[in-house]
Amino acid sequence: MGQAHDALSSRLGDRLDEDSSDGLSDRFRAASLLRWAPAITLAAFLLPIAAGLAGTLLPAMGWLPALGANSFSLAAWHTLFQAPGFVSAWQLTLFTGLLSTLLSLLLALGVVAFLHQRPAARRLGEWMAPMLAMPHSALAIGFAFLILPSGWLSRAVSPTLTGWELPPDVSTVGHPSGWPLVAALLLKEVPYLVLMTLGALNQINAAAQLAVARSLGYGPAQAWFLVVLPQVYRQIRLPVCAVLAFSLSVVDVALILGPSNPPTLAVLAVRWFADPDTRWVFPAAAAATLLMLTVLGSLLLWRGLEVLARQWLLHRTRQGVRSARSAVAAGLATALAAALLGAAATSMLALALWSVALQWRWPAFLPSAWTWDNWWRQASSLVPPTVTTLALAAVSTLLALVLVLACLENEVRRRPSGRAASGDPGIAGRRALWLLYVPLLLPQVAFLFGLQVLLVRVGADGNFWAVVWAHLMFVLPYLFLSLADPWRAFDPRYTRTALSLGASHWRVFWRVKLPILLRPVLLSSAVAFAVSVGLYLPTLFAGAGRIATLTTEAVTLSSGADRRVIATWAILQAAFPLLVYALAAALPRWLYRHRQGLAP
Amino acid sequence: MHPDLQLEGVQLSVGGRTLFEPLHARVHGGQCLTVMGASGCGKSSLLAFVAGTLDPAFVAQGSVQVGDRVLNGLPPERRRLGILFQDDLLFPHLSVGDNLAFALPAAVRPPALRRQQIDAALASAGLAGFARRDPATLSGGQRARVALMRTLLAQPLALLLDEPFSKLDTALRADFRRFVFEHARSRALPVLLVSHDEADAAAAGGSVIELGVGAA
Repeated sequence: MGQAHDALSSRLGDRLDEDSSDGLSDRFRAASLLRWAPAITLAAFLLPIAAGLAGTLLPAMGWLPALGANSFSLAAWHTLFQAPGFVSAWQLTLFTGLLSTLLSLLLALGVVAFLHQRPAARRLGEWMAPMLAMPHSALAIGFAFLILPSGWLSRAVSPTLTGWELPPDVSTVGHPSGWPLVAALLLKEVPYLVLMTLGALNQINAAAQLAVARSLGYGPAQAWFLVVLPQVYRQIRLPVCAVLAFSLSVVDVALILGPSNPPTLAVLAVRWFADPDTRWVFPAAAAATLLMLTVLGSLLLWRGLEVLARQWLLHRTRQGVRSARSAVAAGLATALAAALLGAAATSMLALALWSVALQWRWPAFLPSAWTWDNWWRQASSLVPPTVTTLALAAVSTLLALVLVLACLENEVRRRPSGRAASGDPGIAGRRALWLLYVPLLLPQVAFLFGLQVLLVRVGADGNFWAVVWAHLMFVLPYLFLSLADPWRAFDPRYTRTALSLGASHWRVFWRVKLPILLRPVLLSSAVAFAVSVGLYLPTLFAGAGRIATLTTEAVTLSSGADRRVIATWAILQAAFPLLVYALAAALPRWLYRHRQGLAP
Repeated sequence: MHPDLQLEGVQLSVGGRTLFEPLHARVHGGQCLTVMGASGCGKSSLLAFVAGTLDPAFVAQGSVQVGDRVLNGLPPERRRLGILFQDDLLFPHLSVGDNLAFALPAAVRPPALRRQQIDAALASAGLAGFARRDPATLSGGQRARVALMRTLLAQPLALLLDEPFSKLDTALRADFRRFVFEHARSRALPVLLVSHDEADAAAAGGSVIELGVGAA
């Protein structure tokens, strides 16, 4: 590592007097600098995660010298297994995590199979894309406002249809089965997987193969399932696994919509970690470890399901049955997904109304009196977290963008060269880059606690930059995931043409490549920005509870504050990512309004 | 003997521009009609119209019939027309045999009989024993022949050829052409071929229509 560091700084020195150098050596030096990008990027991630995991595993085994625990024991596990409701908590975790992932994937695939050959598909993509920018917790809060016994849905049908004079005495939010949690996860994950699948379609010759399949007698939906799905699944596997890991270990949505007693395993772990009695750290660490094992086991189980599903599709392919059932199923999935999209939009509308409601008695469908006071009264408490939120998101997105572009440029520039030795860090880096996705495939709580212990030890907990770093772990993979394909698909002949005209690599990057790829760069950055704004647990742990963002405040308030207060926070939390996304979509459109070749 | 493929007053226009004069044609089973023309004359769009995959940007008139059955308005999967494109478009995730099984109607049962028909189709293409092969390991000529067998196994009522010879190199092209027309003739299928290559038309041996003459 020390050696690598020296090599890097000497190359950085080289870069400084690059102006006087000719194009050839400039190219060489730029590539030399870039080839360390994957190593630096991975080190920035994997070391803290490894340390964080160790810092969670060891306390689970009873070892945490900071608290005077110096011997290994299984006491933490005993406490965990004996805790009241432990079994239900684990069952709830498995049920909500697996069910929401399975439903998200099935609905998303059904939607794409139904719409791919219709012009509606493009518009659907445009409608769903902003959902990526919506923070989970804002959506969950809005959804709660919709489904509460006194929520907007029951107001819409009461008392005329139901005869209810009072909000019905039933449990919705916090229902022990966890269905509101599953539904809220679907609101966000279905659009995400639809967009990922639509993106993957561009990489195979789907239209021509479907034309063949249809001429052989298969309807469009069945043809899509039998011919296209087996080819695109490999590209969406990673997003699906990320959805699975996320759904099993989500904390903010489970706090807002999940049952509280017992809660999910992730919430249980966080609750115990936060207990003033530090002895609870040990069972908390055990719970976090168990959650990690559960996620790993579920990923294996998912792999098994994939193999079974593939075998089944192959079996159907060999039978040659032309059936209309796929079309019916795909149509049904599309209808359900449309209903989900409608529910998401209605949830946001409910938030907006509450934020300007003065008086909104049950069962009135709309507020009876309106006011901006909810906003003005809280302005002073809203502003500081807003500033923190925006600063965190802007800084972490910018850092992630620099690292991702460096990694991608490194990869693209050495792609065609057969000269590179196998020990070349650039090549090794490209292969190792999948490690970037590790933070998305592990439960956050499993390494964030250990990371916090580490930060405390170096006195950096609650530091702005510590939180930026924690955000980077999640912002960067999403940025990489959405930018890698467009960057790799860039026609290298543009680069070669520009180089042959005498431009340096640096100049080609700024004057040719970045302008042409401006749209994907901005949209991916907007997604990254939204990820940062929505992060709850990383902010909480790395910030040691002292760094308040819109998300941490909104989640905290959601457990009891006045609906009008909660609504202002949630609206603000959702507004910034959406605004940034809208700007990112509009800017290239406006800049290139006279450039048809760059039209979206 | 297969019923005739009939085009009645077929005319395509896009953005108010008419691509060609109304087309009338009748192709008997075992015969081939070749539609020639430079690229952009609308010959591929004509084929797409017959197949039912025409881009909605086009406005089409006229009717397509196989025997008494009018195909206009039917989705492509219900037209029972086999198509060969420039590319072989074998599904890369399936073995050669599974590509053929995909095309074979479900009524062919049990699995042993399906396998037997697939093996027979491969043998007639000079590819006996290729069922388990990955299509990517086949040569261009072999892939083209598998693509034709796949099209024929679906038991189409007519065959549409969208310049399927143009991407093969010269030596292979004549072979594959002969192979396609022999199979079409032996099954008495009406064939509609679009091409810009005179040699294709000569090999097809049927009547030829030149598109784009007169309409600019």
